[in-house]
Amino acid sequence: MAQKKKLVVIGNGMVGHKFMQAIAELNGQDGAEEYELITFCEESRLAYDRVQLSSYFSGKTAEDLSLVEPGFYEDNNITVYIGDRANHIDREKQIITSDNGISVEYDKLVLATGSYPFVPPIPGHERENCFVYRTIDDLEKISAAGKTAKSGAVIGGGLLGLEAAKALKDMNLETHVIEFSPRLMSVQIDDGAGTVLREKMEEMNVKIHTGKNTSLIEQGKDAVHKLNFADGESIEADIILFSPGIRPRDELARDSGIEMGERGGIVINDQCLTSDENIYAIGECALWGGMIYGLVAPGYQMAKVAADHIAGKENAFKGADMSTKLKLMGVDVASIGDAHATTKGAKVFTYINGPEQVYKKIVVNEDSTRLLGAVLIGDANDYGNLLQLKLNDIPLPETPDALILPQRDGAVAGIGVEALPDTAQICSCFDISKGDLCTAVADGATTMSAIKECTKASTGCGGCTALVGQVLNKELEKMGVDVNTDLCEHFPYTRQGLYSLIRVNEIKSFDDLIEKHGTGHGCEICKPTAASIFASCWNDYILEKEHAGLQDTNDRYLGNIQNNGTYSIVPRIAGGEITPDKLIVLGQVAKKYNLYTKITGGQRVDLFGARLEELPDIWKELVDAGFETGHAYGKSLRTVKSCVGSTWCRYGVDDSVGTAIELENRYKGLRSPHKIKFAVSGCTRECAEAQSKDVGIIATENGWNLYVCGNGGMKPRHADLLATDLDRETLIKYIDRFLMFYVKTADRLERTATWMNNLEGGLDYLREVVIDDSLGLAEQLEKEMESVVGTYQCEWKTTIEDPDKLKAFKPFVNANAADSNIVFVEEREQIRPANEDERKQLANA
Amino acid sequence: MQTAQQQDMTWHDICALNDIPKNSGVAALVGDQQIALFSIGKEAQVFAIGNYDPFSNANVLARGIVGSIGDTIVVASPIYKQHFELATGQCVEDETVSVESYAIRIDNNRVFIGLTA
Repeated sequence: MAQKKKLVVIGNGMVGHKFMQAIAELNGQDGAEEYELITFCEESRLAYDRVQLSSYFSGKTAEDLSLVEPGFYEDNNITVYIGDRANHIDREKQIITSDNGISVEYDKLVLATGSYPFVPPIPGHERENCFVYRTIDDLEKISAAGKTAKSGAVIGGGLLGLEAAKALKDMNLETHVIEFSPRLMSVQIDDGAGTVLREKMEEMNVKIHTGKNTSLIEQGKDAVHKLNFADGESIEADIILFSPGIRPRDELARDSGIEMGERGGIVINDQCLTSDENIYAIGECALWGGMIYGLVAPGYQMAKVAADHIAGKENAFKGADMSTKLKLMGVDVASIGDAHATTKGAKVFTYINGPEQVYKKIVVNEDSTRLLGAVLIGDANDYGNLLQLKLNDIPLPETPDALILPQRDGAVAGIGVEALPDTAQICSCFDISKGDLCTAVADGATTMSAIKECTKASTGCGGCTALVGQVLNKELEKMGVDVNTDLCEHFPYTRQGLYSLIRVNEIKSFDDLIEKHGTGHGCEICKPTAASIFASCWNDYILEKEHAGLQDTNDRYLGNIQNNGTYSIVPRIAGGEITPDKLIVLGQVAKKYNLYTKITGGQRVDLFGARLEELPDIWKELVDAGFETGHAYGKSLRTVKSCVGSTWCRYGVDDSVGTAIELENRYKGLRSPHKIKFAVSGCTRECAEAQSKDVGIIATENGWNLYVCGNGGMKPRHADLLATDLDRETLIKYIDRFLMFYVKTADRLERTATWMNNLEGGLDYLREVVIDDSLGLAEQLEKEMESVVGTYQCEWKTTIEDPDKLKAFKPFVNANAADSNIVFVEEREQIRPANEDERKQLANA
Repeated sequence: MQTAQQQDMTWHDICALNDIPKNSGVAALVGDQQIALFSIGKEAQVFAIGNYDPFSNANVLARGIVGSIGDTIVVASPIYKQHFELATGQCVEDETVSVESYAIRIDNNRVFIGLTA
């Protein structure tokens, strides 16, 4: 067999990695050439999400930012030279050489070398504590310097400069932004928008200096540096970040004689080929149609085009839309198309809401029939609609200003998704078109969660969530699928609707509920749902006469039913901490009643094989020894797992066990749409695996970091970082609000992870509700939680004290006998349920 | 329940009517037969079917949640949630599966189950 041809990629940034993913899928498929794949990665780590770089300062780690699925390079037999810069291309011999002295032949070469931050040659720019903001290595240096600094200045008030300013702000430094032009983000937005943006930034205590040309950096008096401006003014700062713009990393191509643009950039054609027919260039180093595309989405498109071309498939890069939407320090900023109305005859409509600092502008063509551009500050909810109008050249309504005016009557603004062609790109992060979404729906992805899972749409920036939802609903409607969100045939409401009815009308019994709002006799769906809502709202004893029949068998008998009709028993062991005496009691009880014992994943002990009639006796012994029910049977708080924390661990930063116990005791007994698991880790080594829990808490030197909506199990989901560096009081306040908001709004049996996936607006929205109290609900949620916490009772203690309730645990209403069908055999010195054959054998013996 | 077979039936006194919690079930033992009894609605209509769940091979149907599908009164098995019609013992999800159903008589607030001899 002939030796495989070699495909070498220089650069493992976001675009280089995207190319690798694309080529790995096509390599050797459908008769295409199969290449040996090799890549050079100058940085010390593989591709990571540079767009989210500033989240490194709000708690994300380098691992969190990684874009590389574990095993990707190994599984695809890709040779990676990490931390090694390719430094020369010999085009004649087709050989690449690197800093570490490696030389590799190539048949095809892809340049994905990206860009570098331009540092203006201001005298003093090489002083210590002067940084650029591009790589994780840069961030680590900035972070280290930030520990001793009090203030920082960013030179450059564009998009990247404001991102860098957020990093300074996150380090609690006095933050300055210095911009040469008269306004912030001068490329993307106009004067009016710049003013609103500036006000917002200043409100957050960021000092903005526009129209300033830094002429000299020298030793400061009160801080490390003094920055002198051309107009004679000056400021002082301990750290300086340079972010005035980017330049293509094109030196490799330039040195090898490939055609370059006049002002830099590697010239490419529609197939991303350079002037050398074996060399491609993609991403920020490439110049197409005289333009460098400094955004990731066009880079991704180029990656796909180059991969397709190499694999012999037709595709072409035809330019890309440079519209952007982002959040800068919590402020929505969006720019679409011709934001500055430079098109001939263009007309402008502007909406300004002074008190709320919202600025919206649309630019339309001469006869007001087509959208040319838009700028949105402070509220970018219209972005998705406007972008689609522009990209698909859709006719505008007669009064185009309606597109940006507030909808006071609750109507949804903008275009219907039906107006969009199938080719319309809905999710730009993952390049998902309307057609892709329709296909996914037709193939059975009929929920938002399923759509996200199979297409990845709206899992990037989340900006398209609303549009994806609209496409989904329209498609379901078209397919004749009744989008029925009713809980069941007995109630024409969602769980959330039912929750509101019960809460607002103070409904306390199922009979009352079904009489007023439902039909029939109920079922195994609505009854436990109603019971759970009653418990969340009013927290009555769940086996009260009017509630007992509503409970699932687990709740009804306060145990987990097993496959042979026996139950398991799980006493609460808060935080996983248990005294030797109590541990002995568990052993004694298990021995006395011949129960199978197993340690659970939630750091407690599970006792299996209790017959219905044994439950009260066993629990009496446990309650007498000081145990409480562990609610292992309930859709409620299960466990708060913890590591030993600073009390014992030499790495521990805070008392994780104490916090876990406090939280477990606070939220125990809270009935919710599904089970809830917590964990608390005492340091970032994360031994309690808090980031796989519904609520995860990690100690840092500055306080507690709060993660939410993680999940292990069938569909693992990494938790999202909701808030950082919290003190104990704020931590509990936020968890109160978070849990109660989940209880209030989630669907039946919807874990927090799925709930988050379905939540319109995602993490940002949740932050607004929980932290900024955007719905004005915070106080009410806290009060509701306080009421649940204040009315806690151990259900088993209440039950064993009430002879009437104990009747339910008699196996037969008319006889004092045991169920002869329950048979155990021994295995590994403990009992287990007999299987069918064993049961027969034992019966015949 | 007024059938011709009634003459051949033996009626067993099981419990008081209010021993069965409203809209809920209890198990009873007659000879070696386990029977699930349910009381439905305000008028406390009583049904009896076998307690043995053929899907899980466990005696658990009395511990299921009762409710309705359309006009049919059913219980859902607490183990794998299949529904059984209380009036007939027929499984809703699988027409080849059913459990025994029993005649009921209420006399002076006592519940009687009729078993064919």
